Amino acid sequence: MILLINTDLLVIGGGPAGMTAALKAAKKGAEVIIVERYHELGGQLIKQTHRFFGSKNEQAGTRGIDIAQGLTKEIQNMSVIKVLTEATAQGYYEDKIVTVSYQNKFRKIRAKRIIIATGASEKMMLFLNNDLPGVYGAGAIQTLMNLYGILPGKKVIMVGSGNIGLIVSYQLLQAGVEVKAVIEADSEIGGYLVHASKIRRIGVPIYTGYSVKSAIGKSSVKGAEIIKLDRNWQMIAGTERFIKADTICLAVGLRPLVSLLIQADCAMAYVPELGGDVPIRDENLKTTNDQIFVAGDAAGIEEATAAMLEGEIAGLKAASEIGYLSKDVITESRRLKKELRKLRNGPISRNIRKGLSKVRGDDNVKKNRYSHLR
Amino acid sequence: MRINKHPILDFNRGKKITFQYKGQEIKAYQGETIAAALYAAGIKVLKKSNKYQRPRGLFCAIGNCASCYMAVNGIPHVKTCITKVKQDMVVEEETGKGDIID
Repeated sequence: MILLINTDLLVIGGGPAGMTAALKAAKKGAEVIIVERYHELGGQLIKQTHRFFGSKNEQAGTRGIDIAQGLTKEIQNMSVIKVLTEATAQGYYEDKIVTVSYQNKFRKIRAKRIIIATGASEKMMLFLNNDLPGVYGAGAIQTLMNLYGILPGKKVIMVGSGNIGLIVSYQLLQAGVEVKAVIEADSEIGGYLVHASKIRRIGVPIYTGYSVKSAIGKSSVKGAEIIKLDRNWQMIAGTERFIKADTICLAVGLRPLVSLLIQADCAMAYVPELGGDVPIRDENLKTTNDQIFVAGDAAGIEEATAAMLEGEIAGLKAASEIGYLSKDVITESRRLKKELRKLRNGPISRNIRKGLSKVRGDDNVKKNRYSHLR
Repeated sequence: MRINKHPILDFNRGKKITFQYKGQEIKAYQGETIAAALYAAGIKVLKKSNKYQRPRGLFCAIGNCASCYMAVNGIPHVKTCITKVKQDMVVEEETGKGDIID
């Protein structure tokens, strides 16, 4: 039997953005359902052992795992929030219904507003034998190591020196794994120097201007051939060198998971600064589909602090549109937006600001629509 | 290989259980996913690619990609990276494009 569930707000994705969105809306009185694919809430926070940067208001100095636990507990204490775990949103239909597979049944959910906070997936990288077992995304390594306490290997080559590559390298070292090298195609280290220094002090070399030419191995990785790149990122023949390792960890970026947004006819734009195709939206994270908001990495690749603020902004607006109005909504929304602007103010966020300027839902930007995606 | 001592994390592992993989008995802890338990037992190859039979292992470990599909209790295309292992589960490598096993 197919069940139809009615609710005020449906939140798809129980990561940092989805959790704060649900909490904010619920505190205003909305009845909320969270659909989460994994068996617990928290998204990628549940494996982030490092302390957060950013402002004190947004939990800087706290480890991701502790933030996830705190928010999960808060959600469990709110009786108006119903959490479906091991549940996957399958599709958005023209009659504004979302289908979800849950406990071996196909369910239908009709919500007055929907917040899509599906996060991101890891980017793959092109090199010979990149499909060998032993080539993993950095997130996979964090899952194995920080969630299940299982070592991914003994010797790891990290590809990518952005913050994820640097932080995961440090986490590998903490777990007792040898990090043979960090490989970076660009001429400069991508992440914060404070993270880079931490692993360099331990003696891990960071090779800038290098890429992976091939993974070596038959049934799993035994090493990698790395190669020097010229200024245009072209391989320079004859500069290959072999590094012995049983694991190649790819930290080469993330791409927003936007399939539901595309299916729901939200106007999209290709914005490289935000990781790929992202929905056009207004300052409240409302997409061009009046029923749907977006928040977190699905709106553009950033970090968890921004995702949590976006979730709050979207949750607040969704609740007030459903009819849960309170006197303080406007000041609260202003405060959150100000906080988010402040967070994105630094030189590190230059690219994010550039990307965001391309997705604002004004007329000027609507020309950017990528109708072929729909 | 499982981590026993970690500077930040404590791993509160669940009850010890066993499950079947290709006729062998594999030890695991309750709460682990199938793929994590296999990995801890040193099994990195989870399936073969359809066309060229190339080995496939974990990639994303969060249920996004299709690299860890296996047949579990006769049901093919189970994402083993997000499916928890259970006592006496029967885990097999898939055949074909994920044929249903009688």
